[in-house]
Amino acid sequence: MSDEIRDQVKGIIESEDVALFMKGTPQFVMCGNSHRALEALRRAGAPVTAVDILPDPRIREELSALSGWPTIPQVFVRGELVGGADIVEELAESGELERKLEEKLGPEYRGAGEERVAALG
Amino acid sequence: MTERLDALLREAFPGDEVSVEDRTGGGDHFQVNVTSPRFEGLSLVEQHRLVYDALATPLADGTIHELRIKTRGAS
Repeated sequence: MSDEIRDQVKGIIESEDVALFMKGTPQFVMCGNSHRALEALRRAGAPVTAVDILPDPRIREELSALSGWPTIPQVFVRGELVGGADIVEELAESGELERKLEEKLGPEYRGAGEERVAALG
Repeated sequence: MTERLDALLREAFPGDEVSVEDRTGGGDHFQVNVTSPRFEGLSLVEQHRLVYDALATPLADGTIHELRIKTRGAS
């Protein structure tokens, strides 16, 4: 069962352009740091796929085991860990986040898609 | 708790500029700032990983509820 969750988490990280593992959903954010990361991604126009880690504690366990990152939120762009709220905010302010998104997703990334939510478990 | 985090960071970053702030006064929401020459040439993810490593115990045992990190190279 845990293996199944690990595979799902891995699948999201590897297949989504921009994956945001957060507490709550974009419609109902449950944590200040998740909110900061989401807002920074929105400002950069990122096509976010959000995953709520709260419904099952194993999601967070498997995620941190895979990424080696101990805190939530965690942002991945095309499989690469970009960081948590502090880094994503810092990169957004310097314009580096948009550069990274362009480099990884192409210059048209802003039109690539809307925010969506992926449920695990 | 602020002192404990401060001590752990000073142990991991001897001689470097370290500060810890209890953001809410509740002893579980912290802002830590570290300026170290060890960060030079590292990505932000790598820099924050070094800070997480230093604070692994209070992160794992739930002492730290929320952590904000600011890292800078020394130059």
